[in-house]
Amino acid sequence: MHDEPVGKVSWVSGPVVRTVETRGVHMLDMVEVGDERLIGEIIGLNGDQATLQVYEDTTGLKPGSPVYSTGYPLAAELGPGLVTSIYDGILRPLKALADATGIFIGRGVRAPSLSREILWDFTPAIRNGQEVTPGMIIGTVPETERIEHRVMVPPNVSGIVTSVAAAGKYKVDQEICRVRTPQGDEVSLTMLQRWPVRQKRPVARRLPADTPLVTGQRVVDCVFPMVKGGAAAIPGGFGTGKTITQHQLAKWSDADLIVYIGCGERGNEMTEVLVEFPKLIDPHSNRPLMERTILIANTSDMPVAAREASIYTGITLAEYYRDMGYHVALMADSTSRWAEALRELSGRLEEMPAEEGFPAYLATRLAEFYERAGMVETLGGSTGSVSVIGAVSPAGGDFSEPVTQHTSRFIGCFWALDKELASARYYPSINYINSHSAYTEFVADWWKKIGGEKYNWEAMREETVDVLRRDDKLQQIVKLVGEEELPDEQKLILDTARILQNAFLQQSAFDEVDTYSVPEKQLRMLSVILHYYHRGGDVVKRSIPIYKYQQLPVRNEIMRMKSRIPNDKLEEFDALDRAIDEQIDALIAE
Amino acid sequence: MATEIGKEYVGVQRIVGPLVMIEGIDGVGYDEMVEIVSDDGKLKHGRVLEVGTKAAVVQVFEHTTGLSIGATKMKFLARPVRIPVSEEMLGRTFNALAEPIDGGPPPIPKDLRPVSGAAINPTLRHHPSDFIQTGISAIDAMSTLVRGQKLPVFSASGLEHDRVIAQIIRQAKIIGKQEPFAVVFGAMGLKHDIADFYRKSFEESGAGNNVATFLTLADDPSIERIITPRSALTLAEYLAFDVGMHVLVVLTDMTNYCEALREVATAKGEVPSRKGYPAYLYSDLAALYERAGQVEGRTGSITQLPLLTMPNEDITHPIPDLTGYITEGQIVLSKALQGAGIYPPINVLPSLSRLMNDGIGEGRTREDHRNVSSQLYAAYARVKRVEVLAAVIGEEELSEIDKQYLTFGQHFEKEFIQQAPDEDRSIEETLNLGWKLLKHLPVSELTRVKEEQIAKYLPKD
Repeated sequence: MHDEPVGKVSWVSGPVVRTVETRGVHMLDMVEVGDERLIGEIIGLNGDQATLQVYEDTTGLKPGSPVYSTGYPLAAELGPGLVTSIYDGILRPLKALADATGIFIGRGVRAPSLSREILWDFTPAIRNGQEVTPGMIIGTVPETERIEHRVMVPPNVSGIVTSVAAAGKYKVDQEICRVRTPQGDEVSLTMLQRWPVRQKRPVARRLPADTPLVTGQRVVDCVFPMVKGGAAAIPGGFGTGKTITQHQLAKWSDADLIVYIGCGERGNEMTEVLVEFPKLIDPHSNRPLMERTILIANTSDMPVAAREASIYTGITLAEYYRDMGYHVALMADSTSRWAEALRELSGRLEEMPAEEGFPAYLATRLAEFYERAGMVETLGGSTGSVSVIGAVSPAGGDFSEPVTQHTSRFIGCFWALDKELASARYYPSINYINSHSAYTEFVADWWKKIGGEKYNWEAMREETVDVLRRDDKLQQIVKLVGEEELPDEQKLILDTARILQNAFLQQSAFDEVDTYSVPEKQLRMLSVILHYYHRGGDVVKRSIPIYKYQQLPVRNEIMRMKSRIPNDKLEEFDALDRAIDEQIDALIAE
Repeated sequence: MATEIGKEYVGVQRIVGPLVMIEGIDGVGYDEMVEIVSDDGKLKHGRVLEVGTKAAVVQVFEHTTGLSIGATKMKFLARPVRIPVSEEMLGRTFNALAEPIDGGPPPIPKDLRPVSGAAINPTLRHHPSDFIQTGISAIDAMSTLVRGQKLPVFSASGLEHDRVIAQIIRQAKIIGKQEPFAVVFGAMGLKHDIADFYRKSFEESGAGNNVATFLTLADDPSIERIITPRSALTLAEYLAFDVGMHVLVVLTDMTNYCEALREVATAKGEVPSRKGYPAYLYSDLAALYERAGQVEGRTGSITQLPLLTMPNEDITHPIPDLTGYITEGQIVLSKALQGAGIYPPINVLPSLSRLMNDGIGEGRTREDHRNVSSQLYAAYARVKRVEVLAAVIGEEELSEIDKQYLTFGQHFEKEFIQQAPDEDRSIEETLNLGWKLLKHLPVSELTRVKEEQIAKYLPKD
């Protein structure tokens, strides 16, 4: 099917190519263009003319060159070997490309996503004569120490098993199972499957999302929580710390698997992930983080059409592992680059632009993408989820631009990054006034189980947010009259807000102890700060000058507890609570 | 090159600004290089921007002046735009297409390379972590430059950015290492006097023989600027990855480059996005800026120092905005500081080096670097807030602690940021100076530094 041309190139402008005399092709079919067989996709048909987007550099491509069809849409190869790999936007393994063309990525290079050489240790989970339905597990393969790969019956196959491979070593394209369908056809199944990336994978049903995605980042977990199966956006101008926030979430969230898409971003950042993740140890499994990571790197200098595709290939991989019953977190950095790729291609197609040159279908595409997140019951009957965390890079840092605005309609968590916080090197620079989370109520029960009544997450969170909001209002007055003019009750609010900001919300990614806080530590820290605040109220009520309260030695302990008290020595917080009481009692007694 | 056989045509259909539309052609490829001969025999160059079955749109690098519909000759060279590369190009000055304009003979090429380059495979990048000491405190301590980084300077018209860049080029070094280095200087739309300033500065520092210059002056045809940075980076890639040199690429001024891009897009009648710039401005800039770094198995490196002027000092303008999204940080210059008589006028708060954390700390600079830098940032950010407050309520009404911050701020600007154009501070000196300034604040405010660091570095009196 590859050898008969299906059309002829008639026009070339960058990644957009038109053909004539085109026949026998479908919308979104993958095609190969010219003698170099550049990879492309059909994005428009009109009579015998087709419009293609090409995923590789089209330099030298001539009108008259042949176009070949692969006969199927852009599809992801799914099977063992994905985890720990790094791919480009159309799922070509970058390591194999490096072997083929060296430090610069050449053109027309083809490499299968999954190695055909590796022998995987397959253990069957079904037997002959068994009836199988879509999503059922045929057998398992230890893909990494961390991830057990569950080979599933593809979504469109069901019937009676007529043969199944014995436990042993197999290559991905070897037959491991045969199924006779109700129509009487014999289907041969391998560990390798394909799925068209622009189509979401089917599930049995969607489930309510009420388990937090624990990230170990205090401002997220305690103030703007995220759920497994939720969708979140991190908007921020350049230099506000989007990437560092994404990296922190990718490192520490309690997902089973991370799919990290570098979409139109810096090459060095992907390298950083490649260097760092194999060295970092996941606190949940004590294994290197790389063993639960798949990377898709379509850096900004790679062709723009492949950047457009990278988001879809990434979420397809995430859904595939979700279907095995895993909780997958997908990080897309940055969805704005993807939106801009849409704009760039739309411009070359000479489509009528809507807002700021973006095509009119921008909102629809964004919605389709974020709706692929969710907690589900899989076809195989287990529970899995895809959580989506998308970075947004608004032009000029202005949140009123179309991508940020449309995105905010489709997500539940909005972590707005703040330029001013970032320039004070205050990270994570999540602005606690402009951010919000729609998941707060859903996760309250989970936190109740962790903290009980003594460390009541919901109540402490409410009080924290209240102090921060009152502080924000008071700051307007401070700007006019200065802090000195305020009564002590209000100074106490300002003071507590400062402690919350510096001792709790700010968290150093580079401090070994501080970089990740277990939920229990987060609760204890919050409890200590609020205890100090409440006792401060006692001080102020007795008209003792507030500076005496501010100069208590225990304050320094509170300011430094985040990096001093490790996750496994939470009893040290008891001493802190006692010290607060002793010193304040002494102050009152003076 | 005379052996190249291409297709030649006489006569074109339309000429619009820098673009020429030609019909009746055959077998021409996208992005091919074109030689154009005007009526009076002048040779010009161009490349194919768009090609159909019988027609093509060609962008002419030099002016389309002198081209006519009937007599313009066009030769399609069946290859993309290429330039010769060789070590001999160091010490020389070229136009955008690497033809010498310093009166000397053309260097003997070692190879011919297409200027458009290709994406570096991220798996073969080597993560940059070698600290480059520029001797400028505001950069070394606060937005550290590392080898293989792309760190642009955001300036505005009237600011002393040329002096700052010349000082960086003169002083930049890796501590304790002597390695072959080169500077590739890509100048787009530069004024004559500025070009002279750089030439003199290179000569005085004795670096002249290590500098290759690609020069398009302000009065040269603007479209040439689209090729200039590509030629400069193509030579840089050869010197870094084939010869093994550490190359610093200075590109100035990227704003002129982007304007040339807009000119072509407008002439083509493309759908504009922000401020009339084409929708592909991000991808186009990325294709330039990403040509920096270190790669596995090659000893050399490319460090990029592009300069751009922010129209009206507006950092949200598309050019600085998109640049900041691609590059690994930015050094921002400020008119307010220069107005206060501070050189270099580096505004440290919006400045940033994304690769800083990998280039500093124990064994690279000093173990306290990260903390002391973070502390200075936090303190200086507070200074700026207090200054606003002081302007409203008066300095007298400020709290004691706020007054201390103001004092710190004054010393920070006058002693830390401010330095002479020939003052080369070591990183030790810079960090010690930072500690000395922190002495103006009470110890209880120093929450970003560790207690043992306070004991070790904070001056006792």
